[in-house]
Amino acid sequence: MTIRIRPPQAISGRLRPYPGASDPVEAGAGVARLPQADLKEADGLCAAPASSSRQSMMSHTATQSLSAIDTISARLEGVGYISTPAISTAVYLAHHLRKPILVEGPAGVGKTELAQSLSRCLELPLLRMQCYEGLDETKALYEWKYGKQLLYTQVLRERIRDVMGDAPTLEEAYARLGGFQDLFFSRDFLAPRPVLQAMEQPGGSVLLIDEIDKADEAFEALLLEVLSDYQVTVPEIGPIPAVTPPLVLLTSNNTRELGDALRRRCLHLFIGFPDAGRERRIVRARAPDVPDRLLHQLVDFVHSLRSENIRKLPSIAETIDWARTLVLLHADELEPGLVRDTLNVLLKRQADTAEVSERIETLTRSAVAGGQPRQS
Amino acid sequence: MDALLTRYVRALRQAGAQVSPAETLDAASAVSLVGYASRERLRLALGVTLAKTPEDKALHDDMFDRFFTAGEDSAQDEAAGPDAPQLQPATPGAADETGRDETGRDETGRDETGRDETGRQTGASGGTEGRTIEGASAGEDRADAFLRLARGPDLDLAIRQAAAAAGVDDIRFSSQSGYFIRRILERLGVRELEERLMAAMQQDTAEAQAMAAAMIAARARVFERARDLVEQRFDVFGRGATEAFMDDVVVNRSLAELSGRDLDRMRAIVARMARRLAIRHGRRRRRRLGQIDVRRTVRMSLRNEAIPFELFWKQSRREKPKIVAICDVSGSVARYVRFLLLLLYALHEGIADLRAFAFSSRLHDVEPILRSLPFDAAMSRIIRVAGGGSTDYGQALVDLERGHPDIIDRRTSVLILGDGRSNQTDPQLALFSSLADRARRVVWLTPEPEGMWGSGDSILPLYRPLCAHMAYCRTASDIERAVDEMLSAYA
Repeated sequence: MTIRIRPPQAISGRLRPYPGASDPVEAGAGVARLPQADLKEADGLCAAPASSSRQSMMSHTATQSLSAIDTISARLEGVGYISTPAISTAVYLAHHLRKPILVEGPAGVGKTELAQSLSRCLELPLLRMQCYEGLDETKALYEWKYGKQLLYTQVLRERIRDVMGDAPTLEEAYARLGGFQDLFFSRDFLAPRPVLQAMEQPGGSVLLIDEIDKADEAFEALLLEVLSDYQVTVPEIGPIPAVTPPLVLLTSNNTRELGDALRRRCLHLFIGFPDAGRERRIVRARAPDVPDRLLHQLVDFVHSLRSENIRKLPSIAETIDWARTLVLLHADELEPGLVRDTLNVLLKRQADTAEVSERIETLTRSAVAGGQPRQS
Repeated sequence: MDALLTRYVRALRQAGAQVSPAETLDAASAVSLVGYASRERLRLALGVTLAKTPEDKALHDDMFDRFFTAGEDSAQDEAAGPDAPQLQPATPGAADETGRDETGRDETGRDETGRDETGRQTGASGGTEGRTIEGASAGEDRADAFLRLARGPDLDLAIRQAAAAAGVDDIRFSSQSGYFIRRILERLGVRELEERLMAAMQQDTAEAQAMAAAMIAARARVFERARDLVEQRFDVFGRGATEAFMDDVVVNRSLAELSGRDLDRMRAIVARMARRLAIRHGRRRRRRLGQIDVRRTVRMSLRNEAIPFELFWKQSRREKPKIVAICDVSGSVARYVRFLLLLLYALHEGIADLRAFAFSSRLHDVEPILRSLPFDAAMSRIIRVAGGGSTDYGQALVDLERGHPDIIDRRTSVLILGDGRSNQTDPQLALFSSLADRARRVVWLTPEPEGMWGSGDSILPLYRPLCAHMAYCRTASDIERAVDEMLSAYA
């Protein structure tokens, strides 16, 4: 006879889009807890992986949205993300060539937002992994549920006599034991982390690996298998292929040079500062209450600010924040005093503020002069 | 796979982009998805798949226009609409060649895809196949064929075929263009034409003279077209190689001999050096030394029934190199200082912390100048402020000790650039020795070769035993090597 451990209940339809919250099973405190409490928690939190034999396809909505470059632009705009041909082309190719996209560009131009918007408009779950120094596979790919393993050993200890009790010889006892020795290193005891979770979404998903440049180089190497073959290899189990290959986006702020191996496996998209027209549409989408005249003026002002000698240039995120601030202040036109009071929304460094403070008047006036709504 | 794309990838590589075969395959699949119909889409698709760094992106944007506009088929550009024409030949199925103004274009236009390979093969065997226009058809004199081509509408295509056979894409330097033009002309039969021309010029009849004039005109016309093509190919395939060659020359030329034009080139080179050093030294290596990470050890021990079987260590973070550069800016050394500072400046903050001092007689902290001004202006300001006095190394050391007593500690590398010609003043050896003891290491770079050390008022031999490293430093690559070595001390 063999002992079968009842597999934990699969929690169907429950997604954990932002994992990484403390999981009591492996939080270290588990040892001190009562076994019953632990058992409950372990059962409750174990999102059983979908069986790998099931071959699902990406959901219909998603496939349709990704069928043409123009459709992608339109869908993205539908959820408030103003795309460019370059962005849409990259997404289109990423889907059809099954390649991840490496997105680079200054901070705040919408790299992360692109992944979030894609997840919204394709109606796919977003799995986000924020990178940091010291990130390793137990946080990114998978981890064994040690607490649960421990607990089950204790339970089994009670039962071991039933199995072994009637074995006449040592050989037979050994053979019986051999039947289930790999029990603890099976899928039931595997806690999937964002990358593995993304691979297990039956309808496909958007996997965002944010700020990959913040992670160590070793971590890059760890991702290579995922990025090229869309599978995760667990030594004890073997390769776990993606049910439906997720749409993978990696972002980088270039704090360190990324490895060639990583670059080669990805499509590369550079998002820079937008032109005035696109920036106006973005601000309009994100801050719909801005009066037309103010919108033109503030975007022109930000654009002239970007050509100043500033170290941390204001990006789209700052423009949007500023627009919202101005709306809150019931402004319908830029004036030097107002700009001076709210400049800290745009410029985040004291030195930068000092640099432009003398020129605020000129910049504002030229933005107001040139910022009349144009007929186009 | 699509020959046009392979040629484009080759052109990109020549220009210095890193494109792997796998990426070429990706680009091919991308092209089959987006097609050649929209120029802008093709540009974006190739950009996404082939150019993976901002530098490569810039190269691609530049090269795409040069390659596809001037490049492939200028004759056809004029014939069709503004959008797609030059791209069409590469997709035989999609090419809408019918209804063109010129006869023969429909089959030859299609021939474009295979041209690179087949053209070269036929060229090597010296034969002319029915489909290729180049050269004479059976029974026709080669000189006649040349004249026919020179007059006819097929000239451009014939030249392109001859160019492919002559291997024009291999052009590296503009000085090779004469050779390639001649090769093209010869493939078209110019030698036979010239023989006939010589014969005609020796005859004294009016008819022969007129024939000669016609032949000269035909030759000039073909020559001109061939030259245009070779120049364009040089632009696409050769320029990058030439640039790389020039860079190499400049890097290994003595800094004192650089001309004004080289200085601009040097700026780009130094930026590249800095990037290279940053990649090599920016990595944090982990060492299993230091304290035990209790939290992690306990947590990970759970898999062993809470027995701390495996120990985890707190990661010791690599310390950031701190470089104190002390530069002699008296006349003879100023040139070298410029490049050293340019390089160190590029590494500043990211890789190493830099404090720079300049002196001739007294020591000046040039940090504020470097920080507040653009580099060139800062440099001339530094020379104006610190240069001009009579060189005194001892005084500079005394000034450093007085003004900045705490600047040198055990994570500091001291980099001294100077010829050690101190005008018979006190070298302050005891002070230098204590400074060297406190610093991680002292590296001395000098623009004089070792044979000159100690000659005249040079006091380099006195300082030498106290330095970890003293080296003759003449070219930009010498400076790079010295900085590289210094950063390696922090591995």
